[in-house]
Amino acid sequence: MTISQLSVFLENKTGYLNQVLAVLAKYNINIIALTVADTSDYGILRAIVSDPEKALEVLRAEQFSVRIHDVLSIEMEAAPGTMSRILDLFTAADICIEYVYAFSFGSKSILMLRTDNREKSIEVIIANKLKSISEADLR
Amino acid sequence: MNDESRLRRQETRGVKSTNKMPEKGTGIMKNDFQVHGHEKLIWNKKMECMNGKDMRTLQSERLIKLVNRVYNHVPFYRKRMIEAGVKPSDIHSIDDIVKLPFTYKTDLRDNYPFNLFAVPLHEIVRVHASSGTTGKPTTVGYTKADIENWREVVARCLTMAGVGKDDIMQISYGYGLFTGGLGVHYGAETVGCTVVPISGGNTRRQLQLMSDFGSTVLACTPSYALHLADALTENGYSLKDMKLKTGVFGAEPWTENMRLELEKKWGIRAHDIYGLSEIMGPGVANDCIQHDGLHVHEDHFFPEIVDSETKNPVADGIEGELVFTTLTKEGIPLLRYNTHDLSTLNHEKCFCGRTSVRMKKITGRSDDMLIIRGVNLFPSQIEHVLLEMGETSAHYMLYVDRANNLDTLELKVELDESQLTDTIRDLQNLSRKIEQALNSAIGLHVKVSLVEPKSIARSEGKAVRVVDNRKK
Repeated sequence: MTISQLSVFLENKTGYLNQVLAVLAKYNINIIALTVADTSDYGILRAIVSDPEKALEVLRAEQFSVRIHDVLSIEMEAAPGTMSRILDLFTAADICIEYVYAFSFGSKSILMLRTDNREKSIEVIIANKLKSISEADLR
Repeated sequence: MNDESRLRRQETRGVKSTNKMPEKGTGIMKNDFQVHGHEKLIWNKKMECMNGKDMRTLQSERLIKLVNRVYNHVPFYRKRMIEAGVKPSDIHSIDDIVKLPFTYKTDLRDNYPFNLFAVPLHEIVRVHASSGTTGKPTTVGYTKADIENWREVVARCLTMAGVGKDDIMQISYGYGLFTGGLGVHYGAETVGCTVVPISGGNTRRQLQLMSDFGSTVLACTPSYALHLADALTENGYSLKDMKLKTGVFGAEPWTENMRLELEKKWGIRAHDIYGLSEIMGPGVANDCIQHDGLHVHEDHFFPEIVDSETKNPVADGIEGELVFTTLTKEGIPLLRYNTHDLSTLNHEKCFCGRTSVRMKKITGRSDDMLIIRGVNLFPSQIEHVLLEMGETSAHYMLYVDRANNLDTLELKVELDESQLTDTIRDLQNLSRKIEQALNSAIGLHVKVSLVEPKSIARSEGKAVRVVDNRKK
């Protein structure tokens, strides 16, 4: 039901993102999904990678600020309207979405979701029999 | 500049001189020449023009009384004097001042809030406070007599700047715990000005009242005066709408060039009023129309310049740390208070007729204190707030700049990895929280930017915590 996500603090400096990516490349870590939340001064890189533990270790060794967070993940049907229907369920339960992104892995479409109420979100996933996906499925 | 050109300069500024021309060859202008019709330029001729010998006698009498007072009423000073091996009976004249121990800002902090007061609290009629080096402010207290003396010295300063009872004085220093507003206010009332106690901020309103009331004198920090000048046009005013002729600027160091710029921009005469709350507040010294140093009211505040390393007194003209002894203060008298301001002294008689010792415009400081919009700021205060919050690392760099002539502060602080979450909002909340904590601790707005851990340069010696990009 959750996937480990790397969160890396990014200073708003030319080439900074690429420094992070270069470290991952050097240690042969594959990036499965990546998104950046940005402000005028800094951003947070959120990434799903092939080996999060190792990524954490090597990025820390290179002095980056990085942490791992378990983020809710749902496998979606690759059809129009699926994501909207899923988010409707959360809205109905009065859950606020803090961020969301989606990506494809092989034939799978995956929704990553952070809400303001994790417990309640899990209840929604279970009650509506949403198809959960975990890290092992990405190997 | 010769006397005639000096007078011509006054005339071109719309200041009337009397028909009494300076006596040729004396090199000294008449003491009693007048401006604005009838206001004398010297408020207290007896004290300001006293001959050196009489002044030293007066200072000696006052010092002896002072030393007895603090020895008997302030346990801190008794202890300090005993440690220094000096008794009140060792002080026979002002020359013996060198035997006395110094006082530092940290001593005020250690005796917070009232332990350095030399009188019982019921004799204190007012307190003011300025920022201390860490956490706690520096508190000062005034007796009725102190307030009277304060009025007197500010009245001397204003008179020196050509301000009199026909003037409308807009006081744009902050009122409140800061000594600027109230200090100048009492002095301005004493000389009989029409006082407009507008306090700081709200540029549009400042200009509106200046125009509507026809303010002739502006008292504020020099940087705010520049800011106001630059804001004239955008607020729909021009110099023609204003009747300003004199500026009494202080609470932060400013250069001679800035004075000339202010005089040009406003078409006024700009004067430097010096002071610090520990000694009194504004009014410790002021420059006369000669602008050749600031006359110190040495019958109240005895100045010394000491070498910043050895702390030994240096000769006139040699730069060092400015030290004051409050000869008449009752509330919180201080012996040899080291201001850490850098200056020189000049005991020569001034062309304005005053004999009082002059200090050079402050050129800098021997410690790391910053003056931001007239507010004292020590980097250690920032550190204190960060450590107290404990949510970031204590590695930071403070960037000081000037935008539209107003000082700006930006704090870059290293993020503590444990505070890193996956949402931007948490980081924004953290920076906002730090901004609020700083604002309540130091009274200044600081823009907080979180930066990568270990990205702030570590220095091997004394940590460099401040980058000051304000024009010199």
